[in-house]
Amino acid sequence: MVSQATTESILIADDNLVDRTILSKIVRQSGYSVVQAKDGVEALELYAQHSPRIVLLDALMPRLDGFAVAREIKNSPAGEFTSVVFLTSLTAADELASCVNAGGDDFLSKPYNKVILQAKLRALQRVQDLHSKMQQQSSELRKHNVHLVQEQEAAKAMFDSVATRGFLDAPYINYLLSPLAVFNGDVLMAAPTPRETLMLLLGDFTGHGLTASIGAMPLSEIFYGMAQKGFSVSDIVHECNRKLNSILPIGYFCCAIVAELDFRKQTINYWNGGLPPGFLIRPGAEATVTLEPEHLPLGVLPSTRISVVPKVIEAHPGDRLILTTDGIIEAQNLEGEQFGYERFAEEIAEPHEKCIEHLLAEVQEHMGEQSRDDDFTMAEITMQSPETAQVQFDSKSLEGELGADVWRSTYELRDCSLKQFNPLPMLVRLLMHCPSLNAHVGDIQIVLSELYSNALEHGVLGLDSTLKQSATGFQQYYEQRAARLESIKGSVFFEFDCDARQPEGILKIRVTDSGDGFDFRQCGGPNAKGNLGYHGRGLSLLSDLCHQVQHEGSGNTVSAEMHWETGH
Amino acid sequence: MSVSSNIATDGNSLVIQVEGRFDFSEHEAFRQCYELQGNKPDRFVVDLRQTSYLDSSALGMLLLLRDYAGGDEASVEIINCSQDVKKIFSISNFDQLFAIH
Repeated sequence: MVSQATTESILIADDNLVDRTILSKIVRQSGYSVVQAKDGVEALELYAQHSPRIVLLDALMPRLDGFAVAREIKNSPAGEFTSVVFLTSLTAADELASCVNAGGDDFLSKPYNKVILQAKLRALQRVQDLHSKMQQQSSELRKHNVHLVQEQEAAKAMFDSVATRGFLDAPYINYLLSPLAVFNGDVLMAAPTPRETLMLLLGDFTGHGLTASIGAMPLSEIFYGMAQKGFSVSDIVHECNRKLNSILPIGYFCCAIVAELDFRKQTINYWNGGLPPGFLIRPGAEATVTLEPEHLPLGVLPSTRISVVPKVIEAHPGDRLILTTDGIIEAQNLEGEQFGYERFAEEIAEPHEKCIEHLLAEVQEHMGEQSRDDDFTMAEITMQSPETAQVQFDSKSLEGELGADVWRSTYELRDCSLKQFNPLPMLVRLLMHCPSLNAHVGDIQIVLSELYSNALEHGVLGLDSTLKQSATGFQQYYEQRAARLESIKGSVFFEFDCDARQPEGILKIRVTDSGDGFDFRQCGGPNAKGNLGYHGRGLSLLSDLCHQVQHEGSGNTVSAEMHWETGH
Repeated sequence: MSVSSNIATDGNSLVIQVEGRFDFSEHEAFRQCYELQGNKPDRFVVDLRQTSYLDSSALGMLLLLRDYAGGDEASVEIINCSQDVKKIFSISNFDQLFAIH
């Protein structure tokens, strides 16, 4: 203690020379150096000069008394803590109290008792040590905090650039993303696909803040990368799950819904892993459809065990798709009551110009003074006609470097691979090696996916397309499709013949399936226009986009020819 | 302390009770009550009779317990769930991973 205190100085202010000398002697014996002042004004000057951490003050002094000096010292802005002890021959309780009221930390009565004085000095030193330790720690904390905030801000800037970019500005998409902390565990992404559909992902990572957001980076890269290359909902879910399962620690996962809105076919393909059911609200009397969570969240199961088969529902222009994470539903009021799923369903069922704003106001009213403890995220997408949807795909991203103008290729997909593998992204990329075809990637995607799904569903799987004419049959159709895929046997054979050397390019695509075919001559052929019901959309679309489409052989081969301006 | 545990009368099941809100603030307490057992029990039972609410980080903690208990071979039962808590398990489809009663 003593050795530690040797460099410390103590200021003693007393107008009485004898008292001052006695006190100085005792203080020096305790190992301090001493600075002496004979009145209040000199005390303040020496205080400013030496910055002692302990000041011993006579209460009554000429020029400026001890009370004024104490107030001055305590009010000085310096960060260090100064202990002020009054030296007094006063004995009345209220006079002693006034010493403390003026800012004194203690008092010493004259005449001085050496033992008590030295004990008090040790006590004051302990307070000093404690205080400087606190100062040091709080300055370290401040530094850490500044650093943390900087890092969070940088991370947030990165996160924001991936969490909500893409196609969310489309006029028929309304959304609310309100972060709880600096960071938000919720992500909402939308991307147009080459087949001119809209791919959506709403995700909710476990917990909040930085840890919750780390998984958002790879998720967004995978989502946008795959959506723009034309991968399906199943492919995207599979890859997102695989990635999150491999990088997130156990116990961290992402509840998510991935949905593909096809404005042309008027369908929504979706996969819901652990998010509250979404709603498809149909104007008029038609019943609302819910998009139930049927799967575990992304990142929980290894790839080998996750089911990625999406559900398909019909969705017509004007229908509203509403997706939300659990924040709004679980918002509590002061009594601990949740806003609740039923109330959520009621509120959104009412047609409202500003559905989200209305709902948010309702939730805030419900919560009252209660503070929020989860993210509020919600999206409302109104189904469009293909014309108003304007899902324009930016084909620049797919441009090949050197290009091949004249080539042929065949590709056959067989048996269980028909269930596991989606060949379209790969085939589209193959076709994009012809540079002048890049501008037509949307049409090509649509043609290829129609040809392929016809070959797979009606050819190999033998599904009856007339089933899709009724709403109940529509469901039945997709149930049968899923069931038959399980034990699929057969093949789909693609042949491509591309020649883009002339001003008008020609691409011939032939797709042959292993199915029984059908009597296409009886069916009026694919060129028949008009209202063909749900099942007719695919083929009449093909004849719109192609120069020529025809069935061949026993009806199990379709050939399509596309023409375009090559610019040569 | 709103997380407690005891060995069931059969001697090799650990019963963990969670009282009140089951969320991230219980992370340490929950983990410790199964990790600090001398002999690793064969079965784990999470009793949510007193649990009013659980959030996604609680689901995460249950996944950690499942992993500790042996992953796919684990025997982890979740009992006495309220309707609200059951709903959370059914939305997240955790009933595919745990025996929930």
